[in-house]
Amino acid sequence: MTDRKQILTADDIRRALVRIAHEIDERNGGLQDVILVGIRRRGVPLAERIAAAIADFEGVRVPVGQLDITLYRDDLKLRGPAPLVRKTEIGPDITGKVVVLVDDVLYTGRTVRAALDAVADLGRPERIQLAVLVDRGHRELPIRADFVGKNVPTSRTERVEVHLQEAGDGADEVVIVRTSP
Amino acid sequence: MTSAPARRHAIDLDDFSGDEIEALLETAESMKEVLAREIKQVPALRGRNVVNMFYEESTRTRISFELAARALSANIVNFTARGSSVEKGESLVDTVRTLQALGADIVVMRHSQAGAPYLAAQHFRGSVINAGDGRHAHPTQALLDLFTIRERLGQVRGVQVVIVGDIVHSRVARSNLWGLTRMGAHVTLCAPPTLLGPAAYWTATWPEVRVCHRFDEALAGADVVMALRLQKERQQAGLLPSLREYTRRYGLTPERLERLGERTLIMHPGPMNEGVEIAPEAVVAPNAVIEAQVTNGVAVRMALLYRLAG
Repeated sequence: MTDRKQILTADDIRRALVRIAHEIDERNGGLQDVILVGIRRRGVPLAERIAAAIADFEGVRVPVGQLDITLYRDDLKLRGPAPLVRKTEIGPDITGKVVVLVDDVLYTGRTVRAALDAVADLGRPERIQLAVLVDRGHRELPIRADFVGKNVPTSRTERVEVHLQEAGDGADEVVIVRTSP
Repeated sequence: MTSAPARRHAIDLDDFSGDEIEALLETAESMKEVLAREIKQVPALRGRNVVNMFYEESTRTRISFELAARALSANIVNFTARGSSVEKGESLVDTVRTLQALGADIVVMRHSQAGAPYLAAQHFRGSVINAGDGRHAHPTQALLDLFTIRERLGQVRGVQVVIVGDIVHSRVARSNLWGLTRMGAHVTLCAPPTLLGPAAYWTATWPEVRVCHRFDEALAGADVVMALRLQKERQQAGLLPSLREYTRRYGLTPERLERLGERTLIMHPGPMNEGVEIAPEAVVAPNAVIEAQVTNGVAVRMALLYRLAG
């Protein structure tokens, strides 16, 4: 049996991202050195939305890049056939900049660990920060987010699904799916 | 597109579906981006052992696989028949078993005898990649050719490709026939009858392929011309009247280059006999992509190594 519970509506997502946009601005004392980097796949549209929110209230367009961390994963053998590797496009040199990594869900921290390695290979930013829409706990590594849309206590048997229009999911929402045996 | 099911060996492209090739070419694009970075290395294959087993001379293919494995952080060891136990009479199967016992995960094999990589694959628990076996197959060459065509022309489907030269002895032609036809290209084979064999041999396996003995006729409407190396020994074997005669009828000469126009890609798998199958002017023409083929080879081999390691 599958139990499905909505934890964020489209409007909740919108407000969370606007708040994160303001927090990024305030934390860094301005946006001149900030680059938003979405972690593929769903981090990319989220980074775009944060950039759009920043453009709304600051009138500046912060650069948005996309990062594919497939080649940096530590579980190649564990996940069956090698997954498709998609393109990484970060744009201008990130050395000396503030890179804000953006992802949909923070869980074990292994994706972020891989992303940190990937960024380090692309340059030497002055700071790297992390923004996530949902932090569901259960970290396996000493990693935390700087900007969180919503903290959601979960059990490991549950699945958190982030649905976004741009990803072809049909609607904007975050749901927890519980599959009981 | 989701990733195709796991694959263990790459012996030829005959068992690759169009979707699988497409996914590999896409992965290779990402690998090319890695190779354009200042730090040309990702950790994907860290700690894996790749062995280059070359029983036949090769510079570009061996170095290309070596750079590809290193760019993925794998360990690579080069094995050449000379100076190895092969000289003491160790059989191929023994050698493969020894490499397995030493911890090899992937064996990349070049051999003058068709079928050698296939035999090795029967006795090896890891993966075998064919880097060219006799006249049989050279799958990574075909993949890098597909990649280069797709990169330059946007797609492979519908593209008119002319393969000219010593086709009957060519593993490059055979693997390209599998890859090109599977990806929807139209292929014309062009060679003198002595270097082509009976047309029915080709059309029995690839019914859509066109066979032609007149190069100028074949060139009409070509989007890609792929010239193959003509080994000079073919003349001694009595398959050619003379090299000059061959060049006049089947060489990519300056006159033919002129007639082709600037949009037709000129390809060659190397090594070239400049002045025989291809004129020096054609090698440096703006529409020649021969160097790009070599560059793309590293990205394509990274994609294949990564796929087999998964």
